[in-house]
Amino acid sequence: MRRAMGKSVRSVLLALLAGIVAAGPLATPAFAVEPDEILADSALEARARHISAGLRCLVCQNQSIDDSNAPLARDLRILVRERLEAGDSDAQVMRYIEDRYGEFVLLRPPVNVRTLLLWLAPLLVLLAAIWIAARAVMRRPSGSAPVAALSEAEEDKLRGLLQEPDGQERDQRG
Amino acid sequence: MIVELGHFALVLALLVAILQMVVPAWGAQVRDARLMAVAEPAALCQFGLLLVAFLALMNAYVTSDFSVANVVANSHSTKPLLYRISGVWGNHEGSMVLWVLILALFGAAVAAFGRNLPPTLKANVLAVQASIAVAFCLFILLTSNPFLRVDPPPADGNGLNPILQDPALAFHPPLLYTGYVGFSIAYSFAIAALIDGRLDAAWARWVRPWTLAAWMCLTIGIAMGSWWAYYELGWGGWWFWDPVENASFMPWLAGTALLHSAVVMEKRDALKVWTILLAILTFSLSLMGTFLVRSGVLTSVHAFAVDPKRGVFILAIMALFTGGGLALFALRARDLRQGGAFAPISREGSLVLNNILLTTACATVFVGTLYPLLLESLTGAKISVGPPYFDMTFCPLMLPLLIALPFGPFLAWKRGDVLGAAQRLMVAAMLAVVALAVSMAAFYGGPVLAPFGLALGVWVMGGAVSELSYRVRLGSVPLLETWRRLASQPRSSFGTTLAHFGVGLLVVGIVATSAYRQERILVMKPGEQLALAGYQLAFRGVAPATGPNYREVVGVFDVTRGGTSAVRLEPSKRLYDAPPQPTTEAGINASWRGDLYVVLGDEQNDGGYAVRVFFNPLVRFIWIGALIMFLGGAVSLSDRRLRVGAPGRSRRVAAAAPAE
Repeated sequence: MRRAMGKSVRSVLLALLAGIVAAGPLATPAFAVEPDEILADSALEARARHISAGLRCLVCQNQSIDDSNAPLARDLRILVRERLEAGDSDAQVMRYIEDRYGEFVLLRPPVNVRTLLLWLAPLLVLLAAIWIAARAVMRRPSGSAPVAALSEAEEDKLRGLLQEPDGQERDQRG
Repeated sequence: MIVELGHFALVLALLVAILQMVVPAWGAQVRDARLMAVAEPAALCQFGLLLVAFLALMNAYVTSDFSVANVVANSHSTKPLLYRISGVWGNHEGSMVLWVLILALFGAAVAAFGRNLPPTLKANVLAVQASIAVAFCLFILLTSNPFLRVDPPPADGNGLNPILQDPALAFHPPLLYTGYVGFSIAYSFAIAALIDGRLDAAWARWVRPWTLAAWMCLTIGIAMGSWWAYYELGWGGWWFWDPVENASFMPWLAGTALLHSAVVMEKRDALKVWTILLAILTFSLSLMGTFLVRSGVLTSVHAFAVDPKRGVFILAIMALFTGGGLALFALRARDLRQGGAFAPISREGSLVLNNILLTTACATVFVGTLYPLLLESLTGAKISVGPPYFDMTFCPLMLPLLIALPFGPFLAWKRGDVLGAAQRLMVAAMLAVVALAVSMAAFYGGPVLAPFGLALGVWVMGGAVSELSYRVRLGSVPLLETWRRLASQPRSSFGTTLAHFGVGLLVVGIVATSAYRQERILVMKPGEQLALAGYQLAFRGVAPATGPNYREVVGVFDVTRGGTSAVRLEPSKRLYDAPPQPTTEAGINASWRGDLYVVLGDEQNDGGYAVRVFFNPLVRFIWIGALIMFLGGAVSLSDRRLRVGAPGRSRRVAAAAPAE
């Protein structure tokens, strides 16, 4: 079932790639939310926009339904608004759409067994990078390099030694 | 005839590249100067041949030679000249020819300007470079040949996708490719050093200018793509975390890390192993970018080549160069001696932090982009990883990077003094606090985090300026002395200041436009007015118009702001002739405050038009910031000490010289 849907999505994509636009020839592309969809209640409309931005347009190439002019995206936008008007919470609307269209519709993947690695990856990589760097910095002094860096005073002394021809004398006195 | 000449030149270039791959590498192995000397003329010759091939293809496009299948598929006789030329790389086959041409250009540049390179290193570098050329020439000839004829030739071509017919997009691919492919030099140097087993600070010095040049082109290429998406796609966004955008962003992140770690290697002989690894990874990510875009494995706006045969071929190339490079690295890296020690709080330490965060950010984008593909191929489950994921993972990584950024240049090598740096950053910190307070007051009730974001941008900009003014002792010595110091600063330090300032500007632009964008979607009838963000927008009506290869409906809007004279905006809906495809052209009124962005929609039943109006505050800062970063790179590149091929030994002499 899911496979079949994938196929049809792909064929739409192929059509798009070939330059045949699915929408009618005079429908304006990139004009997503149409004026007639907008809810009178601006707070509800703002929530609708926020939800739409997190839902994938299933027939598009990586667009949210809020950005897409595809007819399916329009249907979904209207559906979202209908649910909100019926009194659903944001989470309920999301759940409603997910139940009908599958996890694929969520642009922010839910945290579950399948996506655990996805969500943990940044943290794991960061920790690994810090660990590698810390180990490299710690281990460095035991190599060919000097065991400890010079103190400020020693640095000054060294600079004096290197720059001034009579530095040797002063150094011995100090 | 010219087309066959181009085809022939391409085949010949492949043969020359094979020669260049085998003979100099063999020469370097047996230390035969005559064999190694083959590399130089071969690299120049290979470039010449590819140039002939490319120009032959371009000629076919310019003269609309519809006996060539590639021209038929992607061009049209009514297209303006600029787009007939850019049409050459507006398709898969042609863009791959451009890809190898730029590859050969970099190889030829190393051959021509790298006179001071040790002969074995140079021979190995050019041999590795040639091996990449061999792989891609084979790819073109076997799977994506643009010189194939069609018989009988049709009367006219199919045309270029109209959203690609745009000046910014005409130059976007060449710049992007120069960036991608430029990192091949860093890769070739890394492989050559691993083969040779010799790696010192001079290596970093030779690699840095090439990396910098590639990074600059990639920066401006990405910015141009974003700019194009902003005004052409018509929904006012500038970055979508689209997989193809990510494909170019990953090498950029890795390349930025590479630029910084190469500095440590050059100045302090440290981070050698890491820098080599990063050089290999950066180019591997460039190859992966090519793979993602060219194989059609992604379902995205940009992927216009859908052919698994090609995908498998590029995947094999990628596996060969990434796998081969990493295997060689694993074998040889242990032999590389580590150099100078440093404390965690030091210039080196700050650059290590930079590398940790940039690499992690790059890995995050990598995982987010490829995870759905991998999951689907392993389990069949389809998930989407969209902008919310990247916003939630990428942005927190940028936060510490941006906070730490101004400290870096203030810390001394080996061991730095954080408190001292903090004192010198007092002014920047105060500016940031002022920015925080002002934006909190001005946008009371808006997004909570946005004022902190703006303050962060100001902090980075302030930090960049503070660093320069500290260097020239602004305020603590007479102005004349400051001026003298300013004139004697090495250009590379100006470059750093500029690039970091650009980052700050970019952050301000991103935060402002993301958090404080205003939008209105409505139906307007001619004569109606709209007020948004202090602007008065009057809709005068629509008029039909005709362009060279399209017809359009133009909406006429007069914009005034606080009694100023009206500016006319003319957003339009276009219908192109070939292929028949509609596009929207936004009407944009740009200013320092931001852009008023108007899109004309469909006619409604009551005679009104759907209109979408945005105000995108400070949105230009994004591209101006990127441009300043580019300029920073250019200024740094013009530094004599960094000049291509400058011998390592001259460094001390140049550094001691008072002025440059």
